[in-house]
Amino acid sequence: MITTNNLSKKYNGVTVLNIEELQIPKGQSFGLVGNNGAGKTTYFSLLLDLIKPTTGSITSNGIVVSESEDWKPFTSAFIDESFLIGYLTPEEYFYFIGELRGQNKADVDATIAKFEDFFHGEILNQKKYLRDLSKGNQKKAGIVAALIGNPEVIILDEPFANLDPTTQIRLKGIIKDLAQKQGVTVLVSSHDLLHVTDVCERIVVLEKGQIVKDLATNEATLKELEAHFAGTPEV
Amino acid sequence: MTVKQFLNLEWKQFFRSSHWQKSIALNILLIFFAIYFMVVFLIMGIAIVPILKDTMPGEDVFKVINNYIFYWVLADLFFRFFFQKLPVMSVKPLLTLNVKRSKVVHYVLGKSATSFFNILPLFATIPCGVMLIRDGYSTSMVLTWIVVLMLISIIINFLNFIIESASAETDFSYLPPILLLGSLYALNYFNIISFTSLLGGAILAISNNVLYLLVPVLILILVYAYNFKILKQKLFLDSSLKSKVQEVNAANLAWTERFGDIAPFMQLDLRLIWRNKRTKSMAFLMVVGLLYGLFFYPQPMYRDMVWLFPFIGIFVTGIFLISFGQFIPAWDSGYYKLLMSQNIKYEQYLRSKFVLMTLSVVIIFVLSIPYVYFGWKILAAHFAAATYNIGVNSHVMLYGGSFNRKKIDLNQRAAFNYQGTGAVQWIIGIPLMIVPVIIFAIINWLVSFEVGLAVLITLGIAGLALHKKLMNHITAKYLQSKHIMINAFSQDS
Repeated sequence: MITTNNLSKKYNGVTVLNIEELQIPKGQSFGLVGNNGAGKTTYFSLLLDLIKPTTGSITSNGIVVSESEDWKPFTSAFIDESFLIGYLTPEEYFYFIGELRGQNKADVDATIAKFEDFFHGEILNQKKYLRDLSKGNQKKAGIVAALIGNPEVIILDEPFANLDPTTQIRLKGIIKDLAQKQGVTVLVSSHDLLHVTDVCERIVVLEKGQIVKDLATNEATLKELEAHFAGTPEV
Repeated sequence: MTVKQFLNLEWKQFFRSSHWQKSIALNILLIFFAIYFMVVFLIMGIAIVPILKDTMPGEDVFKVINNYIFYWVLADLFFRFFFQKLPVMSVKPLLTLNVKRSKVVHYVLGKSATSFFNILPLFATIPCGVMLIRDGYSTSMVLTWIVVLMLISIIINFLNFIIESASAETDFSYLPPILLLGSLYALNYFNIISFTSLLGGAILAISNNVLYLLVPVLILILVYAYNFKILKQKLFLDSSLKSKVQEVNAANLAWTERFGDIAPFMQLDLRLIWRNKRTKSMAFLMVVGLLYGLFFYPQPMYRDMVWLFPFIGIFVTGIFLISFGQFIPAWDSGYYKLLMSQNIKYEQYLRSKFVLMTLSVVIIFVLSIPYVYFGWKILAAHFAAATYNIGVNSHVMLYGGSFNRKKIDLNQRAAFNYQGTGAVQWIIGIPLMIVPVIIFAIINWLVSFEVGLAVLITLGIAGLALHKKLMNHITAKYLQSKHIMINAFSQDS
């Protein structure tokens, strides 16, 4: 589904990302972990053609993202608050995104109805603009907006940060469901090792822009990751 | 924390901001303006005494000058209100540190006293004082006079911040102060209360008796104290943390559906305009712009200056086009990443802006039809200007937008906010206003008024005929600079 080849990104001669090869098959829930500056957001931004690669390319569903825009109809993302339009209400925002993705109001209503418990009664019918919502509630709205229109690839940067425990648990359920039952490729980054190991079937560790680990998740994965980040030598 | 540390922080903030590094052109322009004003004031200061002696022989020059001080106060207040802002300091990081709140406030206020606006009058008052002394007025009196004017200038400085903070609470923030200044002027003009002689007399009295200097000093202390009070209240986080929750105003925008695939963007743009302070006051500017012609047309002097009509026409019918268009796509800078990763066609996005600008021109033109009262020529000129605006200027605006690299924070204060302004905004004015006026003026001079208008209309229609082609070209330009814009819009200035 998503193939990365010889991808690198340099800023003023400093390499911030360098991935020789990475294949993400369709329907995989893929987790990206790494310390600050490891290149997680850079990779996602490249995947969305928000920045230009220095070398190499990412191919999504046979489309080179930096050359054609045809990846847009089946891809959606929530990277940060700059993906929200502050002066819209959550509903208006959902309808706007829906329209861009060829969904009418009824379709959008049907989609967001599924997330009623995720919203916890704090998003819909609040008569508030997105800019007046709390950080956590903004995030909820952004994440759900990324699920509108049946995308085949969903990219979520740090989706668990700022969310309350209840919502975190519900979000994990949503992501698992997307990948396992609906065949959606979900890319998630996180600093919380427990969450990623819970949600993702595959975890890649980035360090200074390089892939240092590529693990299929099992019971030992969390331990291994913790050991890696604690800096203790591996057994 | 000492003043030195404050200054050190600010120095770094200023020179390390990406804004400074990117907009050297704008800074040079500002310096140029500053020098220009200093020279003008200098000349004024030197020349006023001889001029008054020539035009009003026999009058006491000093008295006459003092009678003009009232107008200076009004003008000063007016300009400061629009151009001077309280020096901003990012205080949040300081609040938890070991710095007294009052110290921060004193520093901010003290710094404002060194503003260019307070120094500029000295360029006029000092040479004027020298001329007065040369003319035989007593040195001590003139020196006191200069001090009084300085004090007045600083009083205005602080008075302005009080007015600003009071008016910032209202939506159309610049209306109340303008009304206030206008009524002061009117009261004086119709001799209901003669502020000119009141203020003039007061200054005269102080100049003659140094002891009276205590009065302006007292006023200064009062306005300073009041400023201190309101600023200190604002220094608590809860006023900025407690987000003001705005009541949603949801208008039915179903009528935009008839525009087909661009409807979602038009709805977005309309909400953008109506729900943000800065854009809302821009919409209000349309009304002001509509009345702009009234400055010129009623005066017989301008009625013969036919070549000026298209200029006024372009300004009147294009006021929205200009004020909205110059910041495309920076209006959407806050969520530009979203738009760029969504399933949108750039062309639709731009066409929505085009339709919106065109609609505004048509609506304002229709509203400006009553100008026909001042002669059919004005209506004809407005029609030609409107056509030119739609056919040519709208495309120029969209094209110029592809060079915009400055982010706009929609939550910022509305009136005369220069955020997002760069060299583009200045350069774009040339093809926008000057080129059509020159074309028209030349043809009007060589051939006739009618032919001149016909040329403008033809240009407009040509632009409309080439609309598809132009849009393709413009879209390509936007696509080209996509990554640069994303990068620029995600930086804080």
